[in-house]
Amino acid sequence: MDSDMPWKGSGARGAGGTLQPPLQPMSAAAKRLRKVGPLVSRIVAALFGGYALAALGSVAALALPMSKPQAVLTGMLASFAIYAGAVIWVFAARSALRAWAGLLAVAAPLLLAAWSVW
Amino acid sequence: MKTKQEPRPAGRGIRQSMSDLHTWTGLLLGWILYAMFLTGTVAYFKDELSQWMRPELPHQVQVPDRAVVAQRIADELGTLASGSPQWGMRLPDARNNSVQAFWRTSSTPGQRGFGEANLDPSTGRKVTSRDTLGGDFFYRFHFQFHYMPAVWGRWIAGVAAMFMLVAIVSGVITHKKIFADFFTFRWGKGQRSWLDAHNALSVFGLPFHAMITYTGLVTLMALYMPWGEQAAFKTQAERQQLTAELSAFIQPGRATGEKVPLASVEDMVWQAQERWGRDNVGRVTITHPGDAAARVAVARGEAGRVSMSPQYMEFEGATGRLLGIREGVGPAAETRGVLYALHLGRFSDTVTRWLYVLVSLSGTAMVGTGLVMWTVKRRQKLPDPDRPYVGFRVVERLNVASIAGLSVAMTAFLWANRLLPQTLAERASWEVHMFFIVWALALVHAVLRPPRKAWVEQLWTATALLTLLPVLNAVTTQRSLWHSLAEGDWVFVGMDLMCWALAVLHAVLAMRTARHRPELQSVRRPDRQPASGVALREGEA
Repeated sequence: MDSDMPWKGSGARGAGGTLQPPLQPMSAAAKRLRKVGPLVSRIVAALFGGYALAALGSVAALALPMSKPQAVLTGMLASFAIYAGAVIWVFAARSALRAWAGLLAVAAPLLLAAWSVW
Repeated sequence: MKTKQEPRPAGRGIRQSMSDLHTWTGLLLGWILYAMFLTGTVAYFKDELSQWMRPELPHQVQVPDRAVVAQRIADELGTLASGSPQWGMRLPDARNNSVQAFWRTSSTPGQRGFGEANLDPSTGRKVTSRDTLGGDFFYRFHFQFHYMPAVWGRWIAGVAAMFMLVAIVSGVITHKKIFADFFTFRWGKGQRSWLDAHNALSVFGLPFHAMITYTGLVTLMALYMPWGEQAAFKTQAERQQLTAELSAFIQPGRATGEKVPLASVEDMVWQAQERWGRDNVGRVTITHPGDAAARVAVARGEAGRVSMSPQYMEFEGATGRLLGIREGVGPAAETRGVLYALHLGRFSDTVTRWLYVLVSLSGTAMVGTGLVMWTVKRRQKLPDPDRPYVGFRVVERLNVASIAGLSVAMTAFLWANRLLPQTLAERASWEVHMFFIVWALALVHAVLRPPRKAWVEQLWTATALLTLLPVLNAVTTQRSLWHSLAEGDWVFVGMDLMCWALAVLHAVLAMRTARHRPELQSVRRPDRQPASGVALREGEA
């Protein structure tokens, strides 16, 4: 039934890995932020973080042992799979924080590879 | 309510998140995706549509010898586009009875002005048919829309395609029993039926849908992901290495200024025919025609291989001497060429082309049923079915206009082709304006009418327009169905029959929608709810 109130489950989990007991008094704005914040964070991570990771991957492909035009094309071809995979990861992760951490963990080696050829 | 307090098992949690992701990536750009899918499907027949939309051009009984045509067109371009630094032409084939010629109008590098014309292969003159974009309108709309700079449209199409890719992957993860789902169909069960239809359409064509979405992104990947290219190449000359891997475009060197007439183009095309087959020569590109530095590239046709990677013979324009043959590119470039070709499907023979269209239609229906399901699923839980919340109403009405309304608008475009006066200024643009005017009217209608009535009325409108189109064609042109049958003109026969087949499809949808009573079912039979709740958890979409 959760699917009718999208993100409710994942949003609440995202606040820190645990579910918030609904009894605690909280101001309406803070409540809203707690609920929506992690979701917004995930959407940003998916849209922009995912693209950044894909772009980084396409540059890192230049480090592959092949001629420049082939490496450029390989990077372009693979980038959309990286992007799609990143988006799936971001929404599959248990919390928004873990989603970002996962993106960064993959970005680090890619950054090293990209650095070597820039 | 109670279930919310309990921590859920991890598997269920992921499936739920993926279900939500699928729902929202599918919905947010779903209307754009539906239009891209449907116009893209139709674009597989763009050459046939162009033939139909230029009824003045006679039915092509036999494809003329391309070598002779190439010479004829080159001669014509000598007067039509003299002084241009580059000419190009797409030679006629079995599906195409005119020659598409284009030329650069400016010799200043950096400035990009193009002229283009449709030329008659038998005379070389501009075709004397009504002014129309033909099937190319749907083809271009499919990836760059209209009324906006092409680059914007391409970015929108790219974002939509990326959403589609995510929706496909998350949709697959959502289904634990993807194979079993394919064989499950529960007729006349409201939401269950929509879900089953959506699953069957998606699973049946899954390899195609995934392929077409990914390859769609590949066709414009240099626009979407330019970063590797920018990091790797610092100068224009370096970048040239990449261009050479992607297209048969030969870089115009510097013109000498010394005037030397072009050697026989017919002879060059003939050499290419010797190599690749009589019917397998595609484009001819000529740089600096009439100059001592002229170069001619004759490209291999698209039949006989599933790749768009460049294969061409290059000739010295002044002497006709063969300079080189390019028949291979690097592995990554070849991969890209294959993916590109898979998307465009130009290698197809008639049977493969029909398969493309049918599976692509199932993809269109997948997007359509998904959009409708969003409302069907939520309608049952509305507190007051007569007064749904704003978001629900927006989706409901956009669905009508973008699904039923698009059928009406696309057919109206074809009506405009037959009805607009031939002398009308900007006639080709007006055909397109009519498409958008009718589509906008469909949206207004969907907003003003109760949703179910709007569906039914628009579906019947599409049915009527489709049914009468062959009649309109018979009245306004010399090429009625009986005439086409007698001539063996299968493009025109196919077009008429296709209109009627689609009319039947729309009529069936209209009748089913008219008979359907969604709200009553859920309100009157609350005893059904528990059963459907169980099924819902099994096949959450």
